[in-house]
Amino acid sequence: MRKGVRYQRWFTPWVLVIPALAWLLVFNLWPSVNTVILSFTNARPIGGGSFVGLKNFETLLHDEQLRYALLNSVIYMVVCLPFLTIFPLLLAVLVEKKLPGITFFRTAFYTPVVASAVVVALIWQWILDDRGLVNGLAEKLGVISGPLPFLSDQWLLLLSAISLTIWKGLGYYMIIYLAALGNVGRELHEAAAVDGASPLRRFIHVTIPGVRGTMVLISILISVSALRVFSELFILSGGKGGPGGRDNSVVMLIQQYSQGFEGNLGYASALSIVLFFVTVVPMLVLARLNRKAADA
Amino acid sequence: MTVVTDPARPVDVPASDRTAGRRPRRGSFGFSSISPTEKVVRYLLLVFVLLITIGPFLWQLSTSLKGSGEDIYTRIPRLLPAQPTLSHYREVADTIPVWDYMKNSVLVAVLVVGGNIIGSSLAGFALSRLRFRFRRIVLGLFLATLVLPGEVTIISQYVTVRELGLANTLFGVALPGMIGALNVLLMFNAFRSLPVEVDQAAVVDGANVWQRFVYIGLPSVRGTISVVAIFAFIGAWDDFLWPLIVLTDPNKYTLTVGLQYLSGTFSNNPRLIAAGTMIAFIPIVIVFAVCQRFFFKGVEEGAVKG
Repeated sequence: MRKGVRYQRWFTPWVLVIPALAWLLVFNLWPSVNTVILSFTNARPIGGGSFVGLKNFETLLHDEQLRYALLNSVIYMVVCLPFLTIFPLLLAVLVEKKLPGITFFRTAFYTPVVASAVVVALIWQWILDDRGLVNGLAEKLGVISGPLPFLSDQWLLLLSAISLTIWKGLGYYMIIYLAALGNVGRELHEAAAVDGASPLRRFIHVTIPGVRGTMVLISILISVSALRVFSELFILSGGKGGPGGRDNSVVMLIQQYSQGFEGNLGYASALSIVLFFVTVVPMLVLARLNRKAADA
Repeated sequence: MTVVTDPARPVDVPASDRTAGRRPRRGSFGFSSISPTEKVVRYLLLVFVLLITIGPFLWQLSTSLKGSGEDIYTRIPRLLPAQPTLSHYREVADTIPVWDYMKNSVLVAVLVVGGNIIGSSLAGFALSRLRFRFRRIVLGLFLATLVLPGEVTIISQYVTVRELGLANTLFGVALPGMIGALNVLLMFNAFRSLPVEVDQAAVVDGANVWQRFVYIGLPSVRGTISVVAIFAFIGAWDDFLWPLIVLTDPNKYTLTVGLQYLSGTFSNNPRLIAAGTMIAFIPIVIVFAVCQRFFFKGVEEGAVKG
């Protein structure tokens, strides 16, 4: 790179870069600018719209649906975070050791990640149905007398969607941890073992510090994707967002305003801006925590 | 769009881990000897997790195969169908044009995979192996877009696609995802790990940029290309929100949107919905099972080596 590799005309690199750059500009950067512009209009899904000033943002302040959506998002994030930072790490430790057939298990654990969220949610809809597997088993065991309304109660529906997200995410974060575990020094583990540290103590004092950076990264990924949840809640609630729309997420609201004669792309854009700020917060907080921990 | 920031994507491991050094990977997999007790405990745990992760899929498969006369609501769940039948699969195809939906999904996926392989390897190569003005700025732009969740821009992306006259078309579904910023960065990372001396030698031998790209660059980043291809395919095949927004005509639905449509029509027939989900699930599992070798190797190559 330093010298000698310049055998090229000045525009050659640009010929290679321009397709990707064009896509970036047309489908990423311009839409981010246009989101802000649209949020000051009342653009419709069909046809144009006109400038309405801050009206959309005033409406946001009094939007009860948005308040529920934000509450759901926060609950989603707070519940998902501990489960999805810890369980996948335990799984990664479990599949890290080369055992006969371990590739099969790794691949199988990854299956829920590969499947579409729609497929997964439809499967769980059937399992959590009033007459589905979970209620059937629980009744058989005599734990409950009547079916639990997993799909029609406001809080149970939210909880079901959260469990689904956790279940579907396990394999994904497992793979990231697995890559990170490869970098944790084997010597440290051996030294600790020679000193008589139990596997649990080695896990806490060697493994966890070794993957700390990855853990922060994973926490950011979990938070952001929890705030962006759509398919799970949409399918589990049959597209209705639960009783009285109280199980909507912000993305579900954006989708609802994106279509039909009742649709309002301007308002959907204002909601998008809310989503942006909501997702930036955990990123900043966790990045800051990481820096502090690194300094200490 | 959602394809770009889908959670099912490889992720760069942060620098703090990367700098921990490149130890021989094989050596890092635990200690050499495993006691028989540990082996038993490990396998028990593995089987337990296996049941949790693939159990629901098996249950759905079983439901889809159960005969119409069979009680699927029994208190004691039966995994094996008493009267196995494929009739529900035929029924799904009679009710919704599921083969057309599959064709639509394949078309979108092929466009997205092709676009990403070509577009991001070209750009990744130029950004990592060639010198030109504004290189850092361009690279920064690609990095900056990663911060933005795709859902934030999805509405104005729709407006852009509509203004291009592509609303309610499959091309409109595929177009925004055809070159993903993350894929460009993955390819950038892969090309960067080649020693620069190779390029210098090729230049001395009179190779031009194109020849260096085709004969030196591409063959050495096959692992990352396969990761990009697999993830682009999975992302396009599984995507739901974006095609739901773009497509209004039921004839043009992709499988995921069509499935949702089916579940609305047949919410009272779990066997039919089960068959529909299996039609969408089985192809992706086959693709993944065939490619998983490249996938796990490629993820390590792309994520760890840096």
